[in-house]
Amino acid sequence: MTTLVIRGGLVVRSGEAVRADVVVADGRVIEVAESVDVPAGAREIDASGAWVGPGFVDLHTHLREPGLEAAETIESGARAAAVGGYCAVVAMPNTEPALDTVALVAYVLARGALTGIDVAVAGAITQGRRGEKLAPLAEMAALGVRLFTDDGAGVANAEVMRRALVYAAPLGVRLAQHCEEPSLVEAGTMNEGALAGRLGLVGRPALAEELMVMRDIELVRATGGSMHFLHLSTARSIALVTQARREGLDVTCEVAPHHFSLDESACGSYDPLFKVNPPLRTPRDAAALVAAIRRGDVDAVATDHAPHLPESKDLAFDEAPAGMLGLEHAAALTAEALGESPDPRAFFALLSRGPARIAQLRASDERISLGAHGGEITPGEDANLVVFDPAVEWTVDREGLQSRATNTPYHGRTLRGRARATVARGRLIAENGEMC
Amino acid sequence: MINSLRGENLLNLGELSREAILEVLDTADSFVEVNQRVVKKVPALKGRVVASLFFEESTRTRLSFETAAKRLSADVLSLAVASSSVKKGESLRDTIATIDALGIDAVVMRHRSSGAAVQVARYVPHVRVINAGDGLHQHPTQGLLDAYTLRQVLAERRGERGRDTGAALFDGLRILIVGDIRHSRVARSDVDAYVALGASVTLAAPGTLLPDGVEQWPVTVASDFDHALKEADVIGVLRLQHERGTGAFVPSLAEFTQTHGLTVERAARLSPATIIMHPGPMNRGVEIDARVADSPAAVITRQVASGVPVRMAVLYLSVAGGEGSR
Repeated sequence: MTTLVIRGGLVVRSGEAVRADVVVADGRVIEVAESVDVPAGAREIDASGAWVGPGFVDLHTHLREPGLEAAETIESGARAAAVGGYCAVVAMPNTEPALDTVALVAYVLARGALTGIDVAVAGAITQGRRGEKLAPLAEMAALGVRLFTDDGAGVANAEVMRRALVYAAPLGVRLAQHCEEPSLVEAGTMNEGALAGRLGLVGRPALAEELMVMRDIELVRATGGSMHFLHLSTARSIALVTQARREGLDVTCEVAPHHFSLDESACGSYDPLFKVNPPLRTPRDAAALVAAIRRGDVDAVATDHAPHLPESKDLAFDEAPAGMLGLEHAAALTAEALGESPDPRAFFALLSRGPARIAQLRASDERISLGAHGGEITPGEDANLVVFDPAVEWTVDREGLQSRATNTPYHGRTLRGRARATVARGRLIAENGEMC
Repeated sequence: MINSLRGENLLNLGELSREAILEVLDTADSFVEVNQRVVKKVPALKGRVVASLFFEESTRTRLSFETAAKRLSADVLSLAVASSSVKKGESLRDTIATIDALGIDAVVMRHRSSGAAVQVARYVPHVRVINAGDGLHQHPTQGLLDAYTLRQVLAERRGERGRDTGAALFDGLRILIVGDIRHSRVARSDVDAYVALGASVTLAAPGTLLPDGVEQWPVTVASDFDHALKEADVIGVLRLQHERGTGAFVPSLAEFTQTHGLTVERAARLSPATIIMHPGPMNRGVEIDARVADSPAAVITRQVASGVPVRMAVLYLSVAGGEGSR
C-alpha cells in the first residue's frame, strides 16, 4: 500500500486545528507533525489552504441495491460518496426487498466491502417496512447493524414503535424515524401552505412531521429508549428535539442539505427534481435550520441521497417519485450554511464526528468488519480522512456525477468547497471530483 | 406578467395582465360573428397543426377547443391519450416528444396533474401550449369565458357592446364563488380573471373545501353564506368534485346542499338582477337545484356558448400571434 503524505493542510481535531503534515501508511495514520520528510515511494497530496479531517460519514444514503440498480448500485453510490469526501455511508433499508433479514443485510455488507469506502447498513424496524411486525432486530444487530429505520415512511403505529424501542434498548442500537404522520400526508406532494394552494398541489403539512416528532419524544421518554430523528425540516421539529435533549432524553437529529439550502418556492416550476419527503419547506424553516446548525442543535448533516431513474423525473409532479441526490454536494452546502468563514470544527462535527457517533463507527465502538470513523487525526487511528478545500468554487454538472442517477436539484449551481482528496482505509480513492 | 397573449403560452391566468385578458375578450367578440355565418370558418390558422391532448377525459372542453381550432382552419390532431400510451407507463416527456415529432404548432392539453402544462411548455419550447385544465391548478379558458360571458350579459343589460365597455363593468362588481374551491381549477382561474378585471370577489365554502393559504388570496372569505348571497351581484357555483374523493371533506352531500347549495329557497331571496353561473357539468340537486339552474337568472348555457369564440381568440392570439386574416 502506497504511503501517503498529506502536506500543508489545517488538521482539524475536535479541540483545535493545527497546520501539520499527515503521513498515512498501511491503513493508518502513522505521523502528524509540522513538517515531515517524504519517505521513498510515497505519494504526496497537497493540502495547502485545505482542511484535513476525519472522512465524512453519511447517515442517510439510498443505494437502491437490491431492487433498483438502474438508478444506483452499492458500487456507484460508494463512488458518489468517495468524491463527496465520504469514507462511510449508512445504506437505508427501503430497497426492494427491504433490508429486514440477516441475508439481505449480509448481502449489502458483502457488496459494500468490495467498494473503496465502508458501507454500514440500517436495518428495517418492521418486516417489509410495513409498520406491523418487528423485523429480527437482534439478529441484524449481531451482524453489526446499529441503526434501524423504516425510512421512506415512519412507523405510524404508536404501539409498534413503543415495542420496537423497548426491544431495541438492550441491543445497543438506535432507532431512526422518518417523521410524517401518514394520515396527514396521504396524497401530498409539497409543503402545505399558500404556495401549494395556489399551485393546486396537495400539501404535506409541517404538522405531520411535528406531530410524529412529539409522539416519538414521548415514546422515548416512556420507554427509556433512544431515537434518531431523520431529515428534520421544520423550525418546530428542531425546537422539540432540542428541548427533549435538554431534558436528558437520548435523542439525536439530522438535517438534509436540501432542507436548508432550498425552499418550497422551487416547486413553483413543477419540476419533480424538487419533490422530496419531507418536502422543501418555507424560507423561514430553511433559515431556522441554518440557525440551528450554527447553534450546534443539529447532530449531523445527512444527505438523504435518493437516486431515481431520469424517466421517473419526467412524470407529472404528483406522479413522480420523491427524492434527490446529495452525496456529491452535501459538504459544500454544509460549509455554506456555516457562514462566510465556516468553523472547520463545526463542519467536521456535522459531517463526520456527529454521524459517526450516531452510527457507532468510532474507534471506541464495538464494530464488525468496518473501520473507525469520525475520530482524531493522530498516529494509530484508521486512515479515513478527507482533504476539504473550503475555498474552491465548482459548478454542479449532473452529467459529471459519479452517481448513476442525475436527479440533482443543484445542476448548474456554483458551490464553494469541495473534497480535494478522499483517503479511505489508507488509500487515496478520489481526488477533485474524480475517482483515482 | 404577460401583457398580450400574442405568441405566448396560456398556462395560468394569474400571469395575464388586465390588458391581456381584455385583448382576449375583445378578440372573442369579433369571432362571435364568425360563428353566426353560414360558413363558420376563417383561414387564420390555415396550415397550422393543433394537437388536442386530453390525458383526462372531457368531452365538452375538448369539443369546444376542437371546434374553435377548426373554425380557424387549423388541422386538428385529436389524441385520446387517456386510454393509450400513458396506461402503458409512458412518461409525460415521451408522450409529448412523440406528438411533437409529428410536427405540431400548438398543444391544447388537459391533465389530471397540476402543473403538467407548465412541464410540457418546458419540454417543447417551440410549441405553443394552451392549458385546458391541469389538476387542481388552473383552467384558464374557463376563467376567460366566464369573464367574457359576464361582460356580455352586463353590457347587454345596458344596451352596449361588450368590447366597448373594456373592464368598466367589472369595477366594483361583487362576485361570490361558492362550493368546492379547494379542488377547483376553475375557481383559481376565475379569481385571477375577475380580480385582474377589477371585481370584488368573495368565496364561500365549508372550511374543509377552502384552499390552503386562502387568506393570502386577493379575496374575501365569507363567514356566512346566506349573508354573502345578499351582497352578491354574481354567484358562481362550483361543482362538488366527487371523483376527486372530496366526499370526505363534508359529512354528506345533503349537508353540503343544506349549508352551501343554491337551493330554490336561497334563490328566491336573491335580487332579480343577480346572475347565476356554473362551469358545468352540474350535479343538479347538490350544489345547485335544477330549477335554479334552469331559471332566467342562470347564464349557464351562455357560458357554454362563449367557449368557442373565447377559445378561438386564445388560439388565434397564441398560435398565430394575432397575425393573418380573420
